[in-house]
Amino acid sequence: MTSLLAATVRLPFLLFFGAFLFSCGVYGVLARRNAVLVLMSIELMLNAVNVNLVAFSGYLRQLTGQVFALFVITVAAAEIGIGLAIVILIYRNRETINVDEISLLKW
Amino acid sequence: MIRYAWLIPSLPAVAFFLIVFFGKRMPRRGPEIGIAAVFGSFVISLIILWHFVTGGEPATSSLTFLDAGSFFKIEVGQNVDGLAAVMFVVVTLVSLVVQIYSTAYMEGDRRYTWYFAALSLFTASMLNLVIADNLFQLLVGWELVGICSYLLIGHWWEEKENSDAAIKAFITTKTGDIPFMFGIFVLTIAAGTANIPEITHLAETHHIATGTLTVAALLLFGGAIGKSAQFPLHVWLPDAMAGPTPVSALIHAATMVAAGVYLVGRLFAVFAASGHALAFVGTIGSITMLIAALLAMIQDDIKRVLAYSTVSQLAYMVAALGLGEEGYTPGLFHLFTHAFFKALLFLGAGSVIHAVHSNNMSEMGGLRKPMPVTFWTFVIGSAALSGIFPLAGFWSKDEIISEAFKTGHYPIFVAALATAILTAFYMTRAVLLTFFGEYRGHGEHAAHPHESPPAMTIPLVVLAGLSVVAGVVFGPTGLFHDWVHVGAAAQKPVDYGFAAVSILGALAGIAVGYRLYARWREWDPLRRLGPGYVLLERKYFLDDLYLKGVVRPVQYRLAAGVYWTNQRILDGMVNGAGWLARKLGIGVDVIDRRAVDGAVNGVGFSTRWSGGLLKYAQSGNVQRYAVALFGGVILLAIGITVFR
Repeated sequence: MTSLLAATVRLPFLLFFGAFLFSCGVYGVLARRNAVLVLMSIELMLNAVNVNLVAFSGYLRQLTGQVFALFVITVAAAEIGIGLAIVILIYRNRETINVDEISLLKW
Repeated sequence: MIRYAWLIPSLPAVAFFLIVFFGKRMPRRGPEIGIAAVFGSFVISLIILWHFVTGGEPATSSLTFLDAGSFFKIEVGQNVDGLAAVMFVVVTLVSLVVQIYSTAYMEGDRRYTWYFAALSLFTASMLNLVIADNLFQLLVGWELVGICSYLLIGHWWEEKENSDAAIKAFITTKTGDIPFMFGIFVLTIAAGTANIPEITHLAETHHIATGTLTVAALLLFGGAIGKSAQFPLHVWLPDAMAGPTPVSALIHAATMVAAGVYLVGRLFAVFAASGHALAFVGTIGSITMLIAALLAMIQDDIKRVLAYSTVSQLAYMVAALGLGEEGYTPGLFHLFTHAFFKALLFLGAGSVIHAVHSNNMSEMGGLRKPMPVTFWTFVIGSAALSGIFPLAGFWSKDEIISEAFKTGHYPIFVAALATAILTAFYMTRAVLLTFFGEYRGHGEHAAHPHESPPAMTIPLVVLAGLSVVAGVVFGPTGLFHDWVHVGAAAQKPVDYGFAAVSILGALAGIAVGYRLYARWREWDPLRRLGPGYVLLERKYFLDDLYLKGVVRPVQYRLAAGVYWTNQRILDGMVNGAGWLARKLGIGVDVIDRRAVDGAVNGVGFSTRWSGGLLKYAQSGNVQRYAVALFGGVILLAIGITVFR
């Protein structure tokens, strides 16, 4: 199975895919105004990292990377839970989830 | 134990500081500390006296306090011999009794705590003077005693009369202290040491020229004249009555005036080496005892009677010392016995004054019945002072009179005998005027005289007991002579022939006194003396002479000169210093404003300016922070790649 994967899906392809996914995430985090979309973009970046971890795990024939990926998924689930809760609270208090307008800490 | 004799003056000295700092917080506001300390000293004194009773040897030891190289050094030490041991007991005992008495007498005084602090310092100073083994330590005690007497005589300084009396006492004794200090210099330079035992040894072995010793002795005696109130510097002692009565008891019995006699006794070798000095001492003593006894006859103030009697009795001691080696032991024995009955008389007078609120005997009378304890103890004190057998005064006084005759000093003998008669006379007068007849007091305070509280009467009884036994226990048994003697003078048996003469003299004085004063008369019978009475009333015009001849000229001319110096020179210096300080201050002000303030403000301004620029980084926009974060990561990545 691992040898099949190694044979059919080559490592550089996976790395490029991960990099693309990460870049999409960075774009989303830096450019989107909607806080929910920003959170989703963070998920993209985390999953790009997961792709890289799993790819290297297959390439090096070690299970460590896959275990790491499972941890990242767990943490991502927790993070998105807290993140959405914060977004809901912000909306309740300010009736907006536009990140540009949430600048309380400005000088 | 004798090594720890230094504790005796130290305890009251420590007590002084404790009372000053903590006295007011104590439950009884101070006296307990002083009494405990002096009681400790008294116990140690008794132990040391026991050392001499059992035939112990004198001991000296000293530490170097200030070393000025080969030129000269000042030591602190203790010189404990029989004389010092006896003085320790007398001083601590009288001080103890006086302090206990004062707790009642001074009740409610506004400077109650300070009063006891001063008493402790007074006691410590006198004990330091007694224990001193060198002249400089003695001088320190000597001057401290002077300043303490000043403080206590002027205790109620709100009244000008009292503060004047304090100043008079201080300046008069100081007049004697100037020759005293030069005497110390002469003696120290001539002997090459200030150590008293060494000086005594050098003087006894004739290593110092007789002429030098005469000069030194006369100069030192100047101090004794001032301190022990001898003619012509006796004028301060009667005025010193302005102080509280227990203080008078302390001054007269133990601490202040005894210092002069003690000094002569301590440096007796210096005096004994010079016939002229001894003759001078004897003459001064004879003159003083007579003139003081005459003055005591006409006083109305009971304390002044006692004050003049002290002057007169001190003169007895001085005259006895002037007899030479034979008079040494009797003179100091009289100092010993006199301390007890004179303290008793003063405390008795204080008890009377406490009851009738007046010092004047013309406002007393008839106090025998309401104040029995005071009456009987006062009578015992008077009889002891008059020299009635077998009370304390008899043994010491009789020895002096008989020694004066036997050594051929007839003028001193005549003066002493006449003084003994006069003493008996004026003490009889004082007792009769105070305690017999009808009560003559008036005024709201004095309506009903009453006996004093136990804190005052118990000291009286203790002192009365000592006045009875101190003479007979220590005199004829030779105990005192064993402790205090000089050269080869042997203890002499009591000469009952002379004893009869002096007792007859005393009885004659008492008889005349009784004849004249048994009944109260407005008009003092002594006024029949005419001009003589006026002379006594004006105290031989000595006060007027000093006032017009010394005080006023000094006051006006010297004061004018001092005023000029003060205004022109001292004020000029002070103003100049002020001007200089102002100018300096302006310079410092410029430095302060420009440099110091500039630096501080500069730090503030630069911080605010840089903060103003940096604040733009704080946009509050999360995405900008994220841009910076990713930009940083990229820069790091590039950096690591390129510079690896």
